[in-house]
Amino acid sequence: MSANLLELAGVHTHIGAYHILHGVDLAVPKAQLTMLLGRNGAGKTTTLRTIMGLWHASEGRVRFGDKDITALHTPQIAELGIAYVPENMGIFSDLTVKENMLLAARAAKNAEQMDDKRLAWIFKLFPAVEKFWNHPAGKLSGGQKQMLAVARAIVEPRELLIIDEPSKGLAPAIINNMIDAFSELKRSGVTILLVEQNINFAQRLGDTVAVMDNGRVVHSGTMAAFSADEQLQQSLLGLAL
Amino acid sequence: MKLEFDWKPMALVPVLALIALPLTGSVSTWLTLTVAGLAMGMIIFIIASGLTLVFGLMDVLNFGHGVFIALGAFVASSVLGSMGDWTGSQELWRNLVAVFPAMLVAMAVAGAVGLAFERFIVRPVYGQHLKQILITMGGMIIGEELIKVIWGPGQLPLPLPEALRGSLLVGDAAISKYRILAVAVGIFVFALLAWTLGRTKIGLLIRAGVQDREMVESLGYRIGRLFVGVFVVGSALAGLGGVMWGLFQQNLIPQMGAQVNVLIFIVIIIGGLGSTTGALIGALLVGLMTNYTGFLLPTATQFASIALMVAVLLWRPQGVYPVASSR
Amino acid sequence: MLSRLLSHDLPRSRVLAVLLIALVLCLAFAPFLFPGVKALSVAAKVLVFIVLVASFDLLLGYTGIVSFAHTMFFGIGAYGIAISATRLGAGWSSVLVGLGAALAVSLVLSLAIGLFSLRVRAIFFAMITLAVASAFQTLASQLSDFTGGEDGLTFKLPELISPSFEFAEEPFLGVSLDGRLLCYYLLFVTAVVLVLALLRIVNSPFGRVLQAIRENEFRAEAIGYRVVVYRTTASVLSALFATLAGAMLAIWLRYNGPDTSLSFEIMIDVLLIVVIGGMGTVYGAVVGAVLFVVAQSYLQDLLRIGSEAASGAPWLAALLSPDRWLLWLGVLFVLSVYYFPTGIVGRLRARALR
Repeated sequence: MSANLLELAGVHTHIGAYHILHGVDLAVPKAQLTMLLGRNGAGKTTTLRTIMGLWHASEGRVRFGDKDITALHTPQIAELGIAYVPENMGIFSDLTVKENMLLAARAAKNAEQMDDKRLAWIFKLFPAVEKFWNHPAGKLSGGQKQMLAVARAIVEPRELLIIDEPSKGLAPAIINNMIDAFSELKRSGVTILLVEQNINFAQRLGDTVAVMDNGRVVHSGTMAAFSADEQLQQSLLGLAL
Repeated sequence: MKLEFDWKPMALVPVLALIALPLTGSVSTWLTLTVAGLAMGMIIFIIASGLTLVFGLMDVLNFGHGVFIALGAFVASSVLGSMGDWTGSQELWRNLVAVFPAMLVAMAVAGAVGLAFERFIVRPVYGQHLKQILITMGGMIIGEELIKVIWGPGQLPLPLPEALRGSLLVGDAAISKYRILAVAVGIFVFALLAWTLGRTKIGLLIRAGVQDREMVESLGYRIGRLFVGVFVVGSALAGLGGVMWGLFQQNLIPQMGAQVNVLIFIVIIIGGLGSTTGALIGALLVGLMTNYTGFLLPTATQFASIALMVAVLLWRPQGVYPVASSR
Repeated sequence: MLSRLLSHDLPRSRVLAVLLIALVLCLAFAPFLFPGVKALSVAAKVLVFIVLVASFDLLLGYTGIVSFAHTMFFGIGAYGIAISATRLGAGWSSVLVGLGAALAVSLVLSLAIGLFSLRVRAIFFAMITLAVASAFQTLASQLSDFTGGEDGLTFKLPELISPSFEFAEEPFLGVSLDGRLLCYYLLFVTAVVLVLALLRIVNSPFGRVLQAIRENEFRAEAIGYRVVVYRTTASVLSALFATLAGAMLAIWLRYNGPDTSLSFEIMIDVLLIVVIGGMGTVYGAVVGAVLFVVAQSYLQDLLRIGSEAASGAPWLAALLSPDRWLLWLGVLFVLSVYYFPTGIVGRLRARALR
């Protein structure tokens, strides 16, 4: 079909009485990393949650592959091959790192059944996950939790990763680790939709970019073109990349 | 990074027991009371464990949990009533052959009613706490009245089978045989729950769901089905607890559900909503407290448990093991 | 002027207004309209429940707090009168002393409970009030020296409102003019005054803040209202009104025991009435109480007829037995919470808007 793995068309979302998304059109091309940028309150998180079915679109369509997932429930959407890393990371702090990972590995009934090769790859990307394997996840530092959250999303192969502000509050050194990890993921062919406010992150990783404002996507195109156009950046984000 | 374990709440149980030792005067009295308290605590724990998981997992306030307690007890009385020759026998194994099926039938019936209760009473008001409180209370009233219709409105005796009566002598202390059985069953249930929660994937899902339901769904699990399962198991456990409570009192009244309800709430508040270990500690503390004050100051037993609860809440307002919920 | 009397909280529905006027008139002239001892007792019970439920509505409907300790304050009021009349003899001073003591105790207890509630979550609070009310009931039946235990206390009241007092030889319109009549009107006037006072409270700026807190506590605090103060005040007021209702009950019955005022069944009844009548509308308490008490008193007779008619099928007969009144009430309650969440008053007002 189309080259887009995920498409949103005219999506409106209401939360109670509040009309947050006012007709979002978004295309996420396959095997690329799409950055979703925008000011605070633009509706980025709401868009991700709507895709995941945590909030339901009151109007419009969400298409994943060739399936219409607008009205599906969250577990069904996840089962189709979408992994979601929310803004608050969604780490189960009372559970150990191992248990957090096991939960995300739907096919495994216990820890022994998890894919060893894949785990080895994840340990290379995120050494902290291996180091604190048997420790309660709540004891990890902010950066380590973030890595665990991403590690969880990739413990089994998924077609689409949806990630909400992974670099928020992280030290620059850790952010670099994160960028390396995402680069490798990209190379392995995973499609990624990333919400970010960190400009460095966006520039180094993004292939495609979509900018949101007031509940709509107001610009979409390649990252290369966006990076080159300072005026556009200023008007949309209020600063230059 | 050290692995810490929050041991302080667990220490409360032996501390309470030790405080009571000088107050009760003699070691043998203390021993009898302590075993009685632990047994009562175990029975309360069996009942409370289901409720705390239901609340922790699905944020559902079931004020009608008492109905399963009463139902279990009454069903067991019918089963045991029809097995007179087994219960009348002096041989222990014969008695157990009557008691265990009674327990299983009680659990099955309570679980089945729990399924209906969840479907028709609880599910329609999911997410609305006030309505949940009102409706589950309504459900309990209806349940209590239906019990009166089926078994009559008065008291029903539930005598212990022959071989389970009486006590064993340990030194000077007389320890009731039935209480030992109760403690054994309680430990078994706790072990089973701990194993399920700690070592199986379903248990993992429950523990994760108690913390962050949305995230579990985002990982691809249909947690709604899990909830029904937990609710049914919780109701079945309440039924089992009801049987044991009934045998404890050797007497059943339709209002027993409402009476035990209050104790259960105190227990899970002390323990922290959603924590099984907390429920165990709360239950043991309440059991011990009730028995010690029953001996020292009989009029104050109910207030003693409440005072205990208030004291715990002043120390930890969310209960001893608050579940770190991201709600 | 009527509007000012009702604190500008009008029925806002013609049907409701007519209904309320009819109910008030029926209650005002009950001794003359409905002769007989039972009818008057039912009417008096209605008056007591109106005040009790309206005070509960202040807490639940307007402030959004669920508390099962309401019957405890009801009981304190009733026992206050009972104990004082028993110990200090029949006289107006003992009534006043009892009332004063009961109000003082309620004030202190409700303050303690109210402040404690802020330290714990709402769910905990609901459960804790359940436990406290239950313990209080047990306590009342155990302190038999003080409270008369399970049997309760029977006592005499000032002569003016005792049945034996007759202030006119001839009956008037078929009703003998005695102390009982005066007692009834004392209750009636009290109920009217208290309901109007509650209307005043919920329609005052204070009442509006309560509703704001109920809707969104966080925002109310952010705007600058100290939620602590408002919720505690609401708890205290609610408790005090309940205490007065308890005093009314004791004065009418000239008896009080643990089951009369502290039983859990009364708490259920209050919950039912407030839901069926309509939460957050003082009128809901009026309409609901009348409906409920009348139904409770007379529907049992209906059930009896039904039960006898079904005597062929023992199961059906047992289900329809008048003792199983609470079963059908429970069913009605559950159905009301689903389909009738705004209660009768809410429904009538919604229809009037169309």
